[in-house]
Amino acid sequence: MNVNQHTPMASPYGQPQPGYGQPAFAPLDTGYPPPYAPYNGPVSTYQTGEQPPQGYSSFTTFPSKAVPANPISELSCPLDLGHGRAPPTSGPPAPQAYNQYGGRHQSDVQNGPPPMTQAPARPVVSQSYNQERVNLSGPPSSYPQHYGSPPAMSHVTSQMSGMQINSGLPNTAGPGYAPPHSSKPPVSNSFSAAPPATYTQALPPALSAPTQAPPTASQQYYGGPPPSSQPPFNSSLPPTSQQPFTSPAPPPPSNQPSFAPPPSYSGPPPAQAPSPSMSQPQQSFHPTQPAFSSAPPGSFPPRAPPPTSSQYPPPPTSTPSGQYPGPLPPQQQPPFSSGPFPPRPQMPPTSMCQSNHLPPEPQGPLGPPGPLQQMPPPQHVMPGGYAPQQNGAFGQVRGPQPGFAGPYPAQPNYGAMGPAPGPAPSTQKRLDPDAIPSPIQVIEDDKAKSTEPFSTGVRGQAPPLVTTDFHVKDQGNASPRFIRCTAYNIPCTADMAKQSQVPLAAVIKPLATLPADETPPYLVDHGEGGPIRCNRCKAYMCPYMQFIEGGRRFQCGFCSCVTEVPPHYFQHLDHTGKRVDFYDRPELSLGSYEFLATVDYCKNNKIPQPPAFIFLIDVSYNAVKSGMVGIVCQELKALLDRMPRENPDLDSTVRVGFVTYNKVLHFYNVKSSLAQPQMLVVSDVSEMFVPLLDGFLVNVGESRQVIESLLDHIPEMFANTRETETVFGPVIQAGLEALKAADCAGKLFVFHTSLPIAEAPGKLKNREDKKLIGTDKEKSLFQPQVSFYNTLAKECVAQGCCVDLFLFPNQYVDVATLAVVPVSTGGSVYKYTYFQAQSDQERFLNDLRRDVQKPIGFDAVMRVRTSTGIRATDFFGSFFMSNTTDVELAGLDCDKAVTVEFKHDDKLSEETGALVQCAVLYTSCGGQRRLRVHNMAVNCCSQLSDLYRNCETDTIINFLSKYAFRGILNNPTKAVRDTLVNQCAQILACYRKNCASPSSAGQLILPECMKLLPVYLNCVLKSDVLLPAADVSLDDRAYLRQLISGMDVSETHVFFYPRLLPLMKLESGSLPVAVRASEERLSKGGVYLLETGLHLFLWVGANAQQELLLNIFGTSSFGQIDTTMTSLPVLDNPFSQRLRDMIDSFRAQRSRYMKLMLVKQEDRSELIFRHFLMEDKNASGGASYVDFLCHMHKEIRQLLS
Amino acid sequence: MATYQEFIQQNEDRDGVRFSWNLWPSSRLEATRLVVPVSCLFTPLKERPDLPPVQYEPVMCSRANCKAVLNPLCQVDFRAKIWACNFCFQRNPFPPSYAGISEVNQPAELMPQFSTIEYIVQRGPSAPLIFLYVVDTCLEEEDLQALKESLQMSLSLLPPNAFVGLITFGRMVQVHELSCELISKSYVFRGTKDLTSKQIQEMLGLTKPSVAGQPGHPPAPQDAAASCRYEGVATPHLLLSLSELKLFLKVPLFKMAIVSSLIFRFLQPVHKVDMNLTDLLGELQRDPWPVPQGKRPLRSTGVALSVAVGLLEGTFPNTGARVMLFIGGPPTQGPGMVVGDELKTPIRSWHDIQKDNARHLKKATKYYEALANRSAVNGHSIDIYACALDQTGLLEMKCLSNLTGGHIVMGDSFNTSLFKQTFQRVFNKDYNGDFRMAFGGIMEVKTSRELKVCGAIGPCVSLNSKGSCVSENEMGVGGTSQWKVCSLSPSTTLGIYFEVVNQHNAPIPQGGRGAVQFVTQYQHSNTQRRIRVTTIARNWADAQSQIQHIESSFDQEAAAVLMARLGVFRAESEEGPDVLRWLDRQLIRLCQKFGQFNKDDPTSFKLSESLSLYPQFMFHLRRSPFLQVFNNSPDESSYYRHHFVRQDLTQSLIMIQPILYSYSFHGPPEPVLLDSSSILPDRILLMDTFFQLVIYHGETIAQWRKAGYQEMAEYENFKQLLQAPLDDAQEILQTRFPMPRYVDTEHGGSQARFLLSKVNPSQTHNNLYAWGQETGAPILTDDVSLQVFMDHLKKLAVTSSA
Repeated sequence: MNVNQHTPMASPYGQPQPGYGQPAFAPLDTGYPPPYAPYNGPVSTYQTGEQPPQGYSSFTTFPSKAVPANPISELSCPLDLGHGRAPPTSGPPAPQAYNQYGGRHQSDVQNGPPPMTQAPARPVVSQSYNQERVNLSGPPSSYPQHYGSPPAMSHVTSQMSGMQINSGLPNTAGPGYAPPHSSKPPVSNSFSAAPPATYTQALPPALSAPTQAPPTASQQYYGGPPPSSQPPFNSSLPPTSQQPFTSPAPPPPSNQPSFAPPPSYSGPPPAQAPSPSMSQPQQSFHPTQPAFSSAPPGSFPPRAPPPTSSQYPPPPTSTPSGQYPGPLPPQQQPPFSSGPFPPRPQMPPTSMCQSNHLPPEPQGPLGPPGPLQQMPPPQHVMPGGYAPQQNGAFGQVRGPQPGFAGPYPAQPNYGAMGPAPGPAPSTQKRLDPDAIPSPIQVIEDDKAKSTEPFSTGVRGQAPPLVTTDFHVKDQGNASPRFIRCTAYNIPCTADMAKQSQVPLAAVIKPLATLPADETPPYLVDHGEGGPIRCNRCKAYMCPYMQFIEGGRRFQCGFCSCVTEVPPHYFQHLDHTGKRVDFYDRPELSLGSYEFLATVDYCKNNKIPQPPAFIFLIDVSYNAVKSGMVGIVCQELKALLDRMPRENPDLDSTVRVGFVTYNKVLHFYNVKSSLAQPQMLVVSDVSEMFVPLLDGFLVNVGESRQVIESLLDHIPEMFANTRETETVFGPVIQAGLEALKAADCAGKLFVFHTSLPIAEAPGKLKNREDKKLIGTDKEKSLFQPQVSFYNTLAKECVAQGCCVDLFLFPNQYVDVATLAVVPVSTGGSVYKYTYFQAQSDQERFLNDLRRDVQKPIGFDAVMRVRTSTGIRATDFFGSFFMSNTTDVELAGLDCDKAVTVEFKHDDKLSEETGALVQCAVLYTSCGGQRRLRVHNMAVNCCSQLSDLYRNCETDTIINFLSKYAFRGILNNPTKAVRDTLVNQCAQILACYRKNCASPSSAGQLILPECMKLLPVYLNCVLKSDVLLPAADVSLDDRAYLRQLISGMDVSETHVFFYPRLLPLMKLESGSLPVAVRASEERLSKGGVYLLETGLHLFLWVGANAQQELLLNIFGTSSFGQIDTTMTSLPVLDNPFSQRLRDMIDSFRAQRSRYMKLMLVKQEDRSELIFRHFLMEDKNASGGASYVDFLCHMHKEIRQLLS
Repeated sequence: MATYQEFIQQNEDRDGVRFSWNLWPSSRLEATRLVVPVSCLFTPLKERPDLPPVQYEPVMCSRANCKAVLNPLCQVDFRAKIWACNFCFQRNPFPPSYAGISEVNQPAELMPQFSTIEYIVQRGPSAPLIFLYVVDTCLEEEDLQALKESLQMSLSLLPPNAFVGLITFGRMVQVHELSCELISKSYVFRGTKDLTSKQIQEMLGLTKPSVAGQPGHPPAPQDAAASCRYEGVATPHLLLSLSELKLFLKVPLFKMAIVSSLIFRFLQPVHKVDMNLTDLLGELQRDPWPVPQGKRPLRSTGVALSVAVGLLEGTFPNTGARVMLFIGGPPTQGPGMVVGDELKTPIRSWHDIQKDNARHLKKATKYYEALANRSAVNGHSIDIYACALDQTGLLEMKCLSNLTGGHIVMGDSFNTSLFKQTFQRVFNKDYNGDFRMAFGGIMEVKTSRELKVCGAIGPCVSLNSKGSCVSENEMGVGGTSQWKVCSLSPSTTLGIYFEVVNQHNAPIPQGGRGAVQFVTQYQHSNTQRRIRVTTIARNWADAQSQIQHIESSFDQEAAAVLMARLGVFRAESEEGPDVLRWLDRQLIRLCQKFGQFNKDDPTSFKLSESLSLYPQFMFHLRRSPFLQVFNNSPDESSYYRHHFVRQDLTQSLIMIQPILYSYSFHGPPEPVLLDSSSILPDRILLMDTFFQLVIYHGETIAQWRKAGYQEMAEYENFKQLLQAPLDDAQEILQTRFPMPRYVDTEHGGSQARFLLSKVNPSQTHNNLYAWGQETGAPILTDDVSLQVFMDHLKKLAVTSSA
């Protein structure tokens, strides 16, 4: 099989590959250099495998399925299962064949195939198919052999193991297979055919030298092509496959036989030659080959037919044969292609599609998929028993979970496989993505599981996922809404931590808003002395302080220092050693609370002034023309009433000021005593200053009339402006100076349009150079082009001046540089490219409203204290650090999260666990100085398995993405991607090595808690930042890069793995269950909503039901839907109502308003939409989930070996 | 011929000229021996209601370096239609327009009574008057309010076609745009940054950077209208102004288009913006920056002036303009800073200056001098209205006004009639209804070849015009024959000093006359350009044979003022005692030269009538605040000196020796000696020092007044007595600019010091008893009295060693 596949690959390689591989892969290669190469290989194989299923339907599927099957079998118990399965399945032969196929595929994948296969895989698809078919033809023969020897299966499985993931797929495929007959028939046919025909023949060769035989065969087969491809394959394959093969000796033979035929086909001999060395069997095979060759010898076409015929004939399915015939005539490849070709078209989309398509060939595209999918479930059920095994494989603990079956249809299949029938289906299913860990399933399971309120009292307990709606009871640890950790059971020693490579980090969102039913942190006042703290480490009073000596002293949980209890704070202890007032004092019983800070905690020992908001509006030509100026001014009038306030009943104490600018700045005097506002123009931008103080920052209530008059006038005044140049640095300086002059903290809202090219400090030039992308200099594009803004940011932070930037660019504005100040001051950047009043107004205004209104603290300093043994070493987010411990945030709003990485500097003890206290000193919007304290205790473990059992993948991804996105500032993007892949591979390999039950090396075993790590990681790798599509501007990347830095876990989660909801049925009260982000999951007849946290897409299938359209759009015609609409029409029907409510609720959940984009299937805009189908391969070279999983597996195996 | 007195008076009335000597010694040597140089006080724009300007242009000598104007002294050949220049003897044909002249049909300039004649220049553009208010906003609310009212009032006094602009400053400097219709708009400058004129114009948007040749952004000239509109200027408005402006300035239209839109943002005709400006002034707030305890408000006077000068430079170069600076305190930051903002460091005093302890003095002075020179070059004058109880930095800023002909007014508060009336008086009109101000004056002096001009002292700057009549010996502002006087009033008087260069061995023929011609071009307040030409001649006299004549031609009043100006001019740069010593030596030498005495016999010393008052003038000059800084702040000294060097002879004499009138029941009001002996209990004294007007009630009078006799019908005469000096004072107050400080005091009153410090201390605590029961009031001073002074003078004059 391998050979065959290889050969296919090879053939492509030899000739087509270049074309294919290069063109098609080119992106990939570029994208994924070395690491991927192999990866691609596998992928391709996968694809090939999968594709085969589709294109081949029968044939291809076979291999693919086979592969999966193998993995699965491996997972379960390759050999045994294989045996077991083989027997059980009526199609046993087929299954075996599958297995074999799988083996081949796997082998392919594992072996050289990766590189080769990949390349060929997609591009070649047809070819590969052909080859595969050829192979298949071969395989059939081998099948018999496999059958003969169960071990073969095992081998296969072993090989498959590499594919494990595939195994999942196979399973699905498996199920599909059987039913799909039509499509799969080919496979089955081939299988069946093969088995029968090949059996005898194949067997002999197999026996002689199974493994080797195949290669040779393949070599022979393809002659020319194989050599190149084969060699690699062989080389690669041999190792992995060989071993497996060795044991399964029998199967190889089968393969070989199959290969044998191929060899005969082409000049394979030479190519094969190499392989021969590998496998002695080859020789033996040769004989067999001859046999095959006999048929093929004459000519390829003949051969093809022969094999196929031979194989096919046996197989009941005539279709395959029929196809083959067609293809065969052309030539080897052609013939294949014939078969493949049809599939190709479908194939191209993605492997998933292919699978779908496969069916089509045989019967109807759609039909098959359905069945396939459907099939899996039943299998899953079947697997029930199996599940455990899988669980064992993936995550020992979790394995058992019921969810598993669901989530891992494949696994269930495995289980099924285990029995006997299972195997066959599993093998076939392998390719089915349903078999691999599904984010949706995990999410849904967690939702189902989390029905009880989550109480934080238990140390080291992982909270429900961010996607789950749950209630939190604070019982001494901070709510997960404030702090989420990557691991709730952290290694006791640095060695362990290093070994596992699991990042130890916490994502802290200090001012997170809580749902209405949860109490916000209580305010504690310790009097004039200020909060009670440990004498040594200065940790604040918290539940971890142990009161001793009858309550006269307390011992710090962080540093163990004993501190006297101040007399006014003394309280007796009860019989359990708790203070009597334990429950009366939030700081003793809760995880989160606030202290009222005393004057000692204030800047310059002065009670702070209430903060101020300053609006700085670009009034250059572009800004006016786009309508931005008018919109902002109009909106500000309404927003003035909604400034954040401490107490909802009182007026906000926040003062406001207004500035407009182009290349000079206009300040406005809006003092209440004036009849009209006054404009003060400052042209001296080289040394910015504030022209006035009194009258610039005013109380809204007092100066309302003047302000409104001003806001009315601004658009009018600049309506005819011709000024196109703008400044930027001085704008921020102006705001900063104003705050300095007023001696208060505050926030600047800058509405800016263009690259600041006017002569002034911070002047920038256009440096967008696409040619640098992908080079070592790429990183420089993410760095600010002048150091001015770094200095400025520092000054801003010192003053507590937070900057929010709203960008309305029509071209390059150098976000990387402009964002420096906002990012360093805890501000936000909003970007509205090509802003148009009509379509973008809503998004902008909602963002603005939210930004203005949201709870915010100023002049904040965050300090993370930990118990002895670990230390906060690195921080990620929007802030500034002047030393290594204090995170300084000029502004800190409810949406900002800071990710903190911890490192060991000593041992931890399992008894005490590890404590983290995050204290944020800030000035509230009312001007009150406060300290918010969040405490978090986690367990410590000495067993790695404990670590892996209590991890949170979403948080890990949050950390990794921030780490990586910061990494690209200093490293080539490629290196960053490699590092990411590497680290994850190490994490998983460590698990596999230390925690998973012993199993075949080829098996991919993922910890239950991290089973989504690969898919999410792939999403990170495919993000525009790390792997830009051609149409993604540098600004966009820089924008996203900084955006991620302040995101919390739930935001990163949906950002990297968007939520795709089918809208065919909407029930009130609950959201529809999401589907996986893959085109394959989209039904032409459906309507889907996709949410990324930044975008909202409504995808309408071309065949969407009229009723559905009528309900949503008010028109039943697909053609009449206006894709430019940004909001759905308000229709008086429950469905429309429900849908709009749903969209509203989504928007409410996110910190940024999501503009709704309507995407019609097969519309041009669908390209954008597809970009967010993260499980699919993307246009810029990002791997599909399946492919990546394979790659990951390979990496892991390399680490393990 | 009449007496010299009459001659002098006549000359002054006709030409506004008073010479120290009305006969000129015919050789250099003799001239120097006269001690007082040949010099004159010249009032270029002396009001001549009887002199209607002629509507044509002067005829000038065709010699390139002469260019003297045809005058009555020229010899004319009516038949040949040729005239000979009386300065260079060039023979010039009359222009065609003079074809009809004959002995009986002479043009005005040839008639002797038109030794002073004024021409109206018809060609060339006429320029608008420009008033740029530069207003300090770091004032007390009350002061600011008063100032705002004064400013608003002044708008109604301005000629309707005058352009106005407004700059306010405190910690920042704001240039207000006057054309905004939506909301008021101003350009702000940091008060601490010294900007070049170019920068200022750029920041005000007065220069189009595109003109500099940036291909990317070339708003064409015709875009100006549009670009102007976007900046908030209404277009129709602009077009109107454009055409107007075209009249004013001789600039190609296309260039105008650019400039105009920009100019009109900050300077607009009064009739268009008076409403706007009135509102703007009305809304003027006090400087919004808080002033911490123990600090002075930050006042960016230096930058404000720099911006004002820069703005005018950029928009109306070489056009008459007045920058009117209103300040309520010293500059405390930025360039031109006079004192820091810490209240604990007091502003420099003479003591500090003498000890070289005034940190900012030199730097600030240099800064303002540079500004003043720039301003003068462009013909813009700067007025300073400083109203504060403490000093405001006039010492440093005085050059602004001194060099540009601007006014300085010093008061205690803007909310006083002193300021209000004075300010109002700036806009006084003459008999023709024209403003008593002229701009951009250029005064040229031409002399006959025996004479050369050494320099001028007055509110002028040198134009560095070296000609044949320029002496190498500089007195005052010398080295030139042309001076620029950016702003002139009818009373502006310059002291001009000459040198006789004729050598002793080249005697001038008997009856020879020397001539001097003053040619003053200026912009009249009705925007006409005019040229006034004054030509005078004096006889030469041989000093050896005609010393008597020369002596009797001595104008001691003029000489006193001219010498005083020299002294004050020296005092600006030299130590006080040195100046006094110089003055004393000059006086002694003069006395030696003209006094009649027996050697070493002081009692025999006598001076002729024409010199009799001169020593007394010198005595009072020595005591005057122009040379004595004791008891005066540097600002006051500067203020006094400023006025001294620009007022005409009469006013100058009052400054040197105040006038004292006495009112009593004994007779009609009479001038009395400025002597302590004049202070009697039953007298009311009225003293006019030019700067102060003091009414002093003698002891008895004061008691009566206190008892309220004036209210009683039977003491009507007492009431009238009390009223008489008030009426007289009122008359002076009404006419003088600046309005004097009016002091009504009585015997023993604290303000009586104004009087006591001026009178000759003939009775002091030292000699009171020695003099017996003489009437009068003793002055508590160690100053010498006139008697002592004279005694010493005589003694020194008669001793040969001096």
